[in-house]
Amino acid sequence: MLKYILKRLVMMIPVLIGVSFVVFTMMYFTPGDPARIILGESAKEHEVEAFRDELGLNDPFLLQYGNYLKNLTLKGDLGTSYSTGKPVTEEIVNRFPTTMLLAAMSILLAALIGIPVGIIAATKQYSVFDNVGTILSLVGVSMPNFWQGLVLIIIFSVMLGWLPASGFYGPLYWILPAITVGTSSAATIMRMTRSSMLEVIRQDYIRTARAKGQSEKKVIMKHALSNALIPVITVVGLSLGILLGGAVLTESVFSIPGLGKLMIDSIKQKNYPMVQGGVLFIAIIFCFINLAVDLLYAFVDPRIKSQYKSMRKTGKRAVKM
Amino acid sequence: MEKLIEVKDLRIEFASGKKIVKAVNGVSFSLEKGKTIGLVGETGAGKTTTALGIMNLVPAPAGRIRGGEVLFKGEDLLTKTQQEMRQTRGNRISMIFQDPMTSLNPVFTVGDQIAEGLHLHTKLSALEATVKAQDMMERVGIPAARYNEYPHQFSGGMKQRVIIAIALACSPELLIADEPTTALDVTIQAQVLDMMRNIRNKLNTSMIMITHDLGVVKEICDQVAVMYAGQIIESGSLKQIYKNPQHPYTEGLFKSLPKINENTERLIPIKGIMPDPTNLPEGCSFASRCPIADKSCVNIRQLSKEIEKGHFIRCMKRS
Repeated sequence: MLKYILKRLVMMIPVLIGVSFVVFTMMYFTPGDPARIILGESAKEHEVEAFRDELGLNDPFLLQYGNYLKNLTLKGDLGTSYSTGKPVTEEIVNRFPTTMLLAAMSILLAALIGIPVGIIAATKQYSVFDNVGTILSLVGVSMPNFWQGLVLIIIFSVMLGWLPASGFYGPLYWILPAITVGTSSAATIMRMTRSSMLEVIRQDYIRTARAKGQSEKKVIMKHALSNALIPVITVVGLSLGILLGGAVLTESVFSIPGLGKLMIDSIKQKNYPMVQGGVLFIAIIFCFINLAVDLLYAFVDPRIKSQYKSMRKTGKRAVKM
Repeated sequence: MEKLIEVKDLRIEFASGKKIVKAVNGVSFSLEKGKTIGLVGETGAGKTTTALGIMNLVPAPAGRIRGGEVLFKGEDLLTKTQQEMRQTRGNRISMIFQDPMTSLNPVFTVGDQIAEGLHLHTKLSALEATVKAQDMMERVGIPAARYNEYPHQFSGGMKQRVIIAIALACSPELLIADEPTTALDVTIQAQVLDMMRNIRNKLNTSMIMITHDLGVVKEICDQVAVMYAGQIIESGSLKQIYKNPQHPYTEGLFKSLPKINENTERLIPIKGIMPDPTNLPEGCSFASRCPIADKSCVNIRQLSKEIEKGHFIRCMKRS
């Protein structure tokens, strides 16, 4: 198991180098001059040129990328933000807790609604509950985030005055953004739980459990759910990974100082180091969430656990996730 | 002898779209304590559905028991609620399912799956249940040390042993075995069958053996009931059916088997296929394939008649 984790960690390196290269290249070829944006329209041409030299923007592409990679790998340095002059790492570390809090609350909300509703819908297939749930989940998936956020603000902040409309200062401020971000995840999780449960409750081993005289509640909650959870974990993990990258639109609607808003602002300002560092950070988070999900499988499904173990014996990669 | 179970005129239907599949059409048989009855017939004859009917586990909402009685020690199981039935299932009546590969829950250890029934139906402590479950494993020929292993670590034959251990854990009075050896290799079949026979004899369990393998029936059964299109068309003692089959379908079954002591050039198959269960004929359901049928067979309902003591057939030509 430990060897498997190490292997996965080593495999992240080429992935991250690839990500950094793609982002670096994209930023290099986008039109616009960061030196000009920073110095403003009134700056003289030779001042801008000198500043470009200072930033290293006049170096050849490969040299620039090489320097970036050198600083990154040797010093762990992501560079300094053009707009604030602070290290990129510091900027990200400042913003990330907000994004993490929002993501955690949204996914918690989504799982607490999506999984139970999915289970009930599957056990009462084609009932009124199932039909209503399925329709609501379709609405939840297809409703645009920013629109839902605005509607929630109009109802709960403007009309009822119950909850604040913007900022992120305390629990009351968290509710509307968490609902906005969580809705589509809840809908996806519900649909996945439902279809996974429907498949499992037709399996022979569910009939075996019933033939033992086990109660219907235990048959569903113990025998069926433990098998049906595996694809649900995947969906929850992927949703969490995406949310940790920052809910760009929702953060804008509610003026939340999260990672998503930071990225959008940095792209507008041609803040190369900030964008590159941010994307790299999100990629790292995503890789780790993925690894965590794969490890979680092993705890839910003993077959996967023994596959991880057998890889250690044979030294071959038996599972490809 | 006391009758342990008596099935009377059991009828089970499935709704399939707008059509109604008549899976079991008036099955009646009875079994004495300690005896084994073989329920024989080709695929789709209604053997498994009959068994699920006895367990009151016919998959709802598509399947429905339309009538009849299942008297277990005089009590009608069909009038019991699901809650009451749970006391009986796995405790007094157990079932072994056909496919061992899919009948065990992949995420629980085999030991826990065997002990689960004990927790449900006995007052044993967790430790005592574990010990009893390990004892069951040894009885079906699995080392008790494998208690904490998962189903994917077992071969097909071993899985079927686990399923048998689950079924026998609470020492049921009646065991329904639904093609317990069909999915196994021939060599393993003999082992499993041997083991089942030994345990049955030791525990004095009655058994309903569902199979399409006439060899298995001969090995293990005292009585035989041959099913066709949801009806028992011939029943009697093992000797009566094997030495003196009367119904043309039963005759056909035996003719389609190779015999070791005869030099048979070709086997004689039964021509045709079973009638569509959504559209069964008014009269004899075998008439369209029967070598001795005439026009009257198609229209007249065949009643079960006793042709010698304990030997019943549903055929007006032979009774």
